[in-house]
Amino acid sequence: MEFKSINQLKSLLEENKISVKEIAETYIRKINEKKDLNIFIYFDEDKINEQVKEIEKLPNNKKLKGIPIAVKDLFCTKKMPTTAGSKILENFHPTYESFVTQKLINEGSMFVGKTNLDEFAMGSATNTSYFGNTINPLSKKGVPLAPGGSSGGSAAAVAADLCLGSTGTDTGGSIRQPASFCGVVGIKPTYGLCSRWGIAAFASSLDQAGVFSKNVKDASILLEAIAGHDERDSTSSKVEIPNYSQNLNPDLNGKIIGIPKEYTLDGISDEINMVWENAINSLEKKGAKIKNISLAHTKYALPTYYIIAPAEASSNLARYDGVKYGFRSKDVNSLDEMYELTRSEGFGKEVKRRILIGTYVLSAGYYDAYYLKAQKVRKLIANDFIETFKECDFILTPTAPSAAFPLNEKQDDPIKMYLNDVFTVPASLAGIPGISIPYGKDKNGLPLGIQLLGKHFNEQEIINAAFALEKDYE
Amino acid sequence: MSNLIKGNKHEWETVIGLEIHAQVKSNSKLFSNSSTAFGSRPNSQVSLVDAAMPGMLPVINKYCIEQAVKTGIGLNAKINNYSIFDRKNYFYADLPQGYQISQYKYPIVGEGKVSIDFKDGSSKDIRIVRLHLEQDAGKSLHDQNPTKTYVDLNRSGVALMEIVSEPDIRSADEAGLYISKIRSILMYLDTCDGNMQEGSLRADVNISVRKPGDDYGIRCEIKNLNSIKFIKQAINYEVRRQIEILETGGVIEQNTLLFNTSTGKTKPMRSKEEAHDYRYFPDPDLLPLEINQKDIDKMVNSIPELPDERKRKYVVVYNLSNYDASVLTADKSVSDYFDSVIKSDQSLKNSAKIVVNWITSELFSLLKENNIDIDNSPINPKYLGKLVKLIKENIISGKIAKDVLIEMFNSKQDPEIIIKNKGLKQVTDTSEIENIVDEVLKENKKMVEQYLSGKDKLLGFFVGQSMKKSKGKANPKILNEILKSKLSNKN
Repeated sequence: MEFKSINQLKSLLEENKISVKEIAETYIRKINEKKDLNIFIYFDEDKINEQVKEIEKLPNNKKLKGIPIAVKDLFCTKKMPTTAGSKILENFHPTYESFVTQKLINEGSMFVGKTNLDEFAMGSATNTSYFGNTINPLSKKGVPLAPGGSSGGSAAAVAADLCLGSTGTDTGGSIRQPASFCGVVGIKPTYGLCSRWGIAAFASSLDQAGVFSKNVKDASILLEAIAGHDERDSTSSKVEIPNYSQNLNPDLNGKIIGIPKEYTLDGISDEINMVWENAINSLEKKGAKIKNISLAHTKYALPTYYIIAPAEASSNLARYDGVKYGFRSKDVNSLDEMYELTRSEGFGKEVKRRILIGTYVLSAGYYDAYYLKAQKVRKLIANDFIETFKECDFILTPTAPSAAFPLNEKQDDPIKMYLNDVFTVPASLAGIPGISIPYGKDKNGLPLGIQLLGKHFNEQEIINAAFALEKDYE
Repeated sequence: MSNLIKGNKHEWETVIGLEIHAQVKSNSKLFSNSSTAFGSRPNSQVSLVDAAMPGMLPVINKYCIEQAVKTGIGLNAKINNYSIFDRKNYFYADLPQGYQISQYKYPIVGEGKVSIDFKDGSSKDIRIVRLHLEQDAGKSLHDQNPTKTYVDLNRSGVALMEIVSEPDIRSADEAGLYISKIRSILMYLDTCDGNMQEGSLRADVNISVRKPGDDYGIRCEIKNLNSIKFIKQAINYEVRRQIEILETGGVIEQNTLLFNTSTGKTKPMRSKEEAHDYRYFPDPDLLPLEINQKDIDKMVNSIPELPDERKRKYVVVYNLSNYDASVLTADKSVSDYFDSVIKSDQSLKNSAKIVVNWITSELFSLLKENNIDIDNSPINPKYLGKLVKLIKENIISGKIAKDVLIEMFNSKQDPEIIIKNKGLKQVTDTSEIENIVDEVLKENKKMVEQYLSGKDKLLGFFVGQSMKKSKGKANPKILNEILKSKLSNKN
């Protein structure tokens, strides 16, 4: 049994053609069947059954009543442990519920489990997790593929039909890139649209919660559920949240679509450029106007990102010191030794690499050359977008420079791994919303994503365009 | 007044700058809503934010911001419309986040100045560099267990104001006056409770010495001093130490020191290799702090009368000396008490000096003996005013007034009632005093003869005897006059 959309399942539930309990049973069975993909860090049938009783009591007008949702294990949850994919939080049980997951609970959704991720969301292949790799459900026999990252578990959970939607976080592409790799819809809203309260921090000025789903309409339903102001997050926006799903409109007549020349990179496969071309043609056919634009500082985005994000991370992760909660190394003889051993044993290689980079770029004597300069470049990149959006309604680019790659590829080459984010990072630095939808396949039949970028807090615009493009493959 | 210190070879000038850490008076912490009450059970006032749980975020407490702005206004300082909270990164067991949220390049308050007053009536301005807000750390408890350290996070996240002075201070005494003045201003503003014992006010002292006219020497910083007495002791010790090193051809090593209150000596806190690189950067969890001028102007208008203003008023209106006025205004409670006394009766305006004396000598010693602060004085200021008036009007003598004051202190009664009940009213009726004098002279005929033969000193004896007979109630001035005239008549 496969459910195509949130509304389909909701109708079945409302018409009493399926019960909450049957939904739970269905998904428990599906998850058990796909255990070898290592999509979940935490999955407990009892915890799902406990929710059934609560959800049954809810009125039918709850937007997500009974909808199975997977939660990236970076969101703190009261009823399930939270690890951030790290040994350092291996047995951490939060006493609080993140803003985003609380909103999903309020709407009646059913959490099926906590999904795997790159440790503290640092990675692009869900291969830096302490709890092992996640395997892309679209892998062909014998060649396990990466699901992308860092929200690879959440993207894979939707692709493998283990839920109808999932939460992710996107710091430099961690929702959009895995969405592209797994052939699902992924949206990263404007920075500040969803509260970061209760999400273990990676890079505070970039971290943004978002969602994965099977289609654009579901993404819009989920997004309107998790968005909103939260006074506990000073960077949370006070904008009014539109009813994205009701405002869905595929009409692109007169819209101007920007095509940035800087996103044509050497070494990008023809297939990806073809997908991009197809999408441009389709939009034109639907009445949109194409405008060639320039985002002049794009080439600095990746190095800028890999200064700012590690800098913030080096400080954000200082709280994992073995003193208060989480892992603490045994047999230590001094406070300093406790820090050293706890953190060297508790963090994985990639996290340590980024803490070191971040510590370095903030050090006395290097701060101005790295961090301060990166902040200036970040402003230029954001200005590029702001200026460009005076001339176009949204921007269309590929999501990732490749399709899903084999699991053990790029493992030992961080630079190659970082290049995965080349198309997604600029929008993160600018804080603008982006959505990735599957749009065609490569020669091996693997999905390729296309990315739409919009103005600050204009999620509706890119959702509508994605909604229109999605129809090409229905 | 010269502050130069004589060494074995030269005279030296001390250069001191102070960083005062004042706990903001606020019910809740700088970035969370936990209580700030002192002395609660360990870890009973700790929110998820204070404990730095994953995903927790700081939210600025507006009240603490207002308190800092008020303080800035009180320090005659520039309030910055735009300031930034930074992270100061370092590891310590009682620092849950692994960083302290502070202000680095863009503090909330900029340059200001305060003036300090000397005994000789002169005064001096000490310039303020800045005031910034920051969170306090928790407390590591090393004495609860032989092998373990416990951490109490009740203080973690409490708001502090760090007030940094220019190196304008030239002696331990000036440092003492400066910190008293800051404390006084904070207490007038009600932005800090000023309680140094509980650590609400503590200071780091930067000290160097130089030959007069030379450039600044290399400085050392003595950390975390929490009494004016210790600050002075530490400075005096450190100045001697530095002079000795320099005079024997040594060099001062720039260092962070701790002052041992039992040995009275300073010692290095950490070696150079351990010097921190705090990696300051703007806290991405917080937006820049913007305060609009209108709000600042509103606060300027709501600032209460400050010690300097009161001092000027005391000098001009009540004719007090600059120094008396500064002693009186140093403690807001004392000054408030004085104001209440004066306000209780129009005529007291001209007896301000007498009122000051009664407060600072007799009342203070009674309060001190009984360990009561002036806010809780059992003597109503109105009654103290009455007492002074009774003295001024010769109803009672100063000597009897002291006894009456003790009785007022014990019974909280109106001095008039005490005087009436105990019959302490001064005798001013000349005929009554004349009778007493006649009796005394009659009883001491020998003495009178001796007096008349030239022993003038015996006058005191007759005064004492007469006073005794009147049970201390005779008006001394009248008594003196009558005695003198009667004795001269006998001649």
